[in-house]
Amino acid sequence: MIKRSIFSSRTLPYLLILPQIAITLTFFYWPAVQGLMQSVLLSDPFGQHSKFVWFDNFITLFTDPLYLTSIVRTLLFSIAVAATSISLGLFIATMANRALKAKALIRTMLVWPYAVAPAISGILWLFLLHPSYGVVAIAIKRWFGIDWNPVLRGGDAMAMVIMASAWKQISYNFVFFVAGMQAIPKSLIEAAAIDGAGPFRRFWTITVPLLSPTLFFVTVMNIIYSFFETFGVIHTMTQGGPGGATNILVYKVYQDGFIGLNLGASASQSVVLMSLIILITALQFKYVERKVQYVG
Amino acid sequence: MKLRKPLLVFVIAVATVFLAGQIMAAPVTINWWHAMKGARGDVVNTMIKAFNDSQSDYEVVGSYKGNYDETVNAGVAAYRAKKHPHLLQSFEVGTQTMMLSGAIYPVYKLMKDAGYNIDWKGYLQPVLSYYMNANGDLMSMPFNSSTPVMYYNVDLFTKAGLSMLDKFKPVTWDELGEITGTLVKSGVPGGMVTGWQSWTQVENYSAIHNTAFASRSNGYEGLDCELLINNDKVVKHIAMLKEWMNDKRFFYGGQKFQGPKAEFIAQNAGIYIDSISAIAKLQKAVKDFKWDVAPLPVESWMTEPQNSIIGGASLWVFKGHKKTDYKGVAAFLKHLAKPEMQIYWHKNTGYFPITLGAYDALKKEGYYKENPYQEVGISQLTRKEPTKISRGLRLGYFIQIRNIINEELELVWNDTKTPQQAMDSAVKRSNAKLREFERTYK
Repeated sequence: MIKRSIFSSRTLPYLLILPQIAITLTFFYWPAVQGLMQSVLLSDPFGQHSKFVWFDNFITLFTDPLYLTSIVRTLLFSIAVAATSISLGLFIATMANRALKAKALIRTMLVWPYAVAPAISGILWLFLLHPSYGVVAIAIKRWFGIDWNPVLRGGDAMAMVIMASAWKQISYNFVFFVAGMQAIPKSLIEAAAIDGAGPFRRFWTITVPLLSPTLFFVTVMNIIYSFFETFGVIHTMTQGGPGGATNILVYKVYQDGFIGLNLGASASQSVVLMSLIILITALQFKYVERKVQYVG
Repeated sequence: MKLRKPLLVFVIAVATVFLAGQIMAAPVTINWWHAMKGARGDVVNTMIKAFNDSQSDYEVVGSYKGNYDETVNAGVAAYRAKKHPHLLQSFEVGTQTMMLSGAIYPVYKLMKDAGYNIDWKGYLQPVLSYYMNANGDLMSMPFNSSTPVMYYNVDLFTKAGLSMLDKFKPVTWDELGEITGTLVKSGVPGGMVTGWQSWTQVENYSAIHNTAFASRSNGYEGLDCELLINNDKVVKHIAMLKEWMNDKRFFYGGQKFQGPKAEFIAQNAGIYIDSISAIAKLQKAVKDFKWDVAPLPVESWMTEPQNSIIGGASLWVFKGHKKTDYKGVAAFLKHLAKPEMQIYWHKNTGYFPITLGAYDALKKEGYYKENPYQEVGISQLTRKEPTKISRGLRLGYFIQIRNIINEELELVWNDTKTPQQAMDSAVKRSNAKLREFERTYK
């Protein structure tokens, strides 16, 4: 049953939501419209020479093989970040759920990384993993003999940014999973245990299906996070390098627009990025949501 | 009734005080947005204060807006919102963008209109030539100009039995190959690292060897220029560095300067190529070994090497302010060019003095006898009259082009492409950007 509020006055509801609408229009829709307009122009940074060029910016984008690689790279990156942070978040939530002592304290401490801004997360991990001055990097090179070099090798750099990005989200997912697990009736699990189901079986056949609304929500949020908010991580750690290996779509938008001052290219990239994420989210809602079992 | 007269007197008195405040005009504020933070920011503030204290008509207010990218972006955004400052510090790669923007008031015109008759010949030509238009008129005022030099670890050299490098006669790249080989054999983890690889190993390499970086005199003469860096000289140089990677004579420390500098300070590399602005940083950070400075190596076939090119930034004047403001801007620029200011700037930051007068004064007072590091850069910059292809680069979307060159070089270092493939690819991608830029300004 959908909750409904009844208002006696006809205009009061509209007035109440007016501030939120004003903010959404100003900070979300207006820039989006500007971006759309900018993407069909060829303009100089100062706005003195602007030429309307139809879809030339888009054509230039899609005929650039590097851009298509960037799309694939972003998808792989975001799947990796989402998978890592969801699985680790779920694992830690399951463990924390069984804690008997100091439950509140443990859970609070496990949530802390979420409060860290992505850029700071990037710098922290850089201090650990940079091959020239990173503490863990030096340990890896010395004790394991692995030639860890994210400054030179794209694969290492990708691993590094995936770790820094996923680390933050583990806490976010943890919070939701713990909350979701509270809603699972203990009696179900106990009944299954009495029937002889081992812990893995109990987990996969009871916990996970009942957690599926949470899983779905968390997947959508993680994918959106990894598309956009990881900008801070990339900017502080690798700036898209080496050799463009960590140049995900959102970072390319920044590089071309703010560093390169090529506003038309940047705007068209952000339009493509926006369409991509709308498509992915719509697909998720259409197909994945069917599998979600909402507890009645 | 009784209150009226005193009240009236009171109101008139207050009004007079306010009006008097307007008539005794406050100094005109001149805004300068720059990217100098930390120690350099303090030096800038001192120079601003000296100007403000010396007269009462104008007050310059300097604001630190972030690094070079962020400062230029702030200026661009402000100009679009018509809330722009008078002066903006823009890095050298943004020169073409600023010059064609239609938003700037060329410096040579500003100084002439304000009544100053500047003898531009009294300025260091290699520094000025980067910021001149095709006619030789100065568009922006050079502010912090640097050039790359080679730093080396004296203690490691001595341990390996190598002699000190001359401060004015450059070694050849072949000799450097032997030097780095000796260093590695003597136990140093690596030979050479370089910061700003595009600037030091491609742009400056081309200038010093009088090789064109781009057609149309490196872009000075037209927007229809194309990159030429896939020529055999540059490709051969990159291939040599790649070969050195096999025995650690050269290793890659990162795109900018932080990684390579860390390697040099940790004594993992005996040689470090970077801007002269690293002198101050090394003086602060290096505590446990002696180091020295030498000019960049030159190929053995280049018997009379050309000048190196500058990096750094210059000051641009924005249009759209009152005429009286511009008198103040001109006065401030004149103040910055005074010998005392130039000498102070050079001594405290290491960036070049832009006037010959300041340079001569420094030489006369024996500054370079006591601080020999500093002269390496200046003499490398001025050792020969710049040619049309060694005076600098004037390319649109240059920042993106540098990023492209960086990316392609990284693909060489990590074995994904050969040097020829990488340079060809860099040329192709950069030319696409140049054509886009050209279309925007047609």
